[in-house]
Amino acid sequence: MIFLVLTNLMLLGLSRLGACIRIVALQGVALGFLPLILNDWDMEVHLVLFSIVIISLKGIAFPWMLNRTLRELATQREIEPFIGYGISIIAGTIALVMCMWLSSRLPFPEPLMSPLIVPVAFFTIMSGLFLIISRKKALTQVLGYLVLENGIYAFGVALVGKQPMLVELGILLDIFVAVFVMGIAMFHINREFDHIDTDQLSRLRS
Amino acid sequence: MIILKFANPVLGLVIAPFLLSVINRTKAAFAGRTGQPLLQPYYDIWKLLRKGAVYSRTTSWVFRVGPLLGLAVTLTAALLMPFGGLPSAVSFNGDLILFVYLFGLMRFFTVISAMDTGSSFEGIGASREVTFSALSEPALLIGLAAIAKCTGYISLTQMFSSVVPGLWLNSGPALVLAGVALLIVFLAENCRIPVDDPNTHLELTMIHEVMVLDHGGPDFGFILYSAALKMWLLGQILIGIAVPIHTGNILLDTSAAIVGMLLLAVVVGIIESSMARLRLLHVPQLLIGATTLSVLALVLR
Repeated sequence: MIFLVLTNLMLLGLSRLGACIRIVALQGVALGFLPLILNDWDMEVHLVLFSIVIISLKGIAFPWMLNRTLRELATQREIEPFIGYGISIIAGTIALVMCMWLSSRLPFPEPLMSPLIVPVAFFTIMSGLFLIISRKKALTQVLGYLVLENGIYAFGVALVGKQPMLVELGILLDIFVAVFVMGIAMFHINREFDHIDTDQLSRLRS
Repeated sequence: MIILKFANPVLGLVIAPFLLSVINRTKAAFAGRTGQPLLQPYYDIWKLLRKGAVYSRTTSWVFRVGPLLGLAVTLTAALLMPFGGLPSAVSFNGDLILFVYLFGLMRFFTVISAMDTGSSFEGIGASREVTFSALSEPALLIGLAAIAKCTGYISLTQMFSSVVPGLWLNSGPALVLAGVALLIVFLAENCRIPVDDPNTHLELTMIHEVMVLDHGGPDFGFILYSAALKMWLLGQILIGIAVPIHTGNILLDTSAAIVGMLLLAVVVGIIESSMARLRLLHVPQLLIGATTLSVLALVLR
């Protein structure tokens, strides 16, 4: 869980897109192990299966697709984000403290499996949102979207330990399609305009 | 017992320069060189202490007092620090804040005596030093606060004597985070490689070295000595966390801690041989990262 927090903070402070993708992959793998860890390595068939699906999708498939997109793109790093990296990290720290405070005030119906998981999940959602609003490149925004989804997933795992697999698989399929489509869209944006700066997309040329 | 209380400053005075030569030897081994003699830092300091000093006419008493105060302040800080089985000479609640700000005082005098020469060159170094230390100080303080929170004590002696293997089981992640943050602070404060290159003499890249350029003779010797002592003391914080050996036997504990210090010097040597110096623009990012790690260690517990 601390590993999750560290990956979020690293995402906030890194400028190289390739490294960001690798970190999101690591985060995905860590998330895959999360249900197992929370259930004390309880080797039930559907839990293990679920972890394998998560790890293969979030840790292998998404990064692979994004890396392929990255190869097609002209840019290798985020040049000028709206909010600088140092300030991003500070904002992340403040957000983490806020999340800790917030989750300590929230009433939960039943005792949680781990006191840390809720703030960490909140923080992951927050940093995903932060990545989406503060970065210019479409690829980083997709990464932010993935991180946001990771946070929601962690939150789900925390509240309902063994959620119905069908629901989760449905969500995963959605994300899969979304990343797929975004990869293609980015490729087209890049071919059309020679860059993936989204703030320049707001004034469309005919 | 009174002798034991003052053993740490004395031990520091004796061993501290040796750490520098261990670092140099490690770097030399990585580069395939033989390296300088193990006692070279002592020869250097001895040579400098025998020389006379030349003072520029534009400098005032501040310039002469700076190095002396630097050494005095580090020795005072050494009185607060327990080491291995050796108790500290002075210990009271909250002495960790005094410990941190004694280094602040030392830095203030180094900076002000650099400014006293009126050289714009030293002004650059002073401004860099102040900028970076403003960023590394929160990391150091919050890191110490995190350890204090883990152990439940706010004086250095009690803090480090209660870091036992059991505590590592309880709050290992927080201690690791604080330890990494303190390692970064250690490297930054001692002007080691990711932040400052101690070997360089190029004006654009120097931070600490540039401030002491105008000091000569015994003054420079004092500066070298207090820099070595500072490394020794900040290293002790790291060793206090990383080597939680408290058998009760003073000799055993202390030698374990000394071995730990030498290992730390080897680690620093390895870091220096395997990394390049960061660009000056990236140093604040590294230090903010260290502060973040400290905050994390404080919050996660």
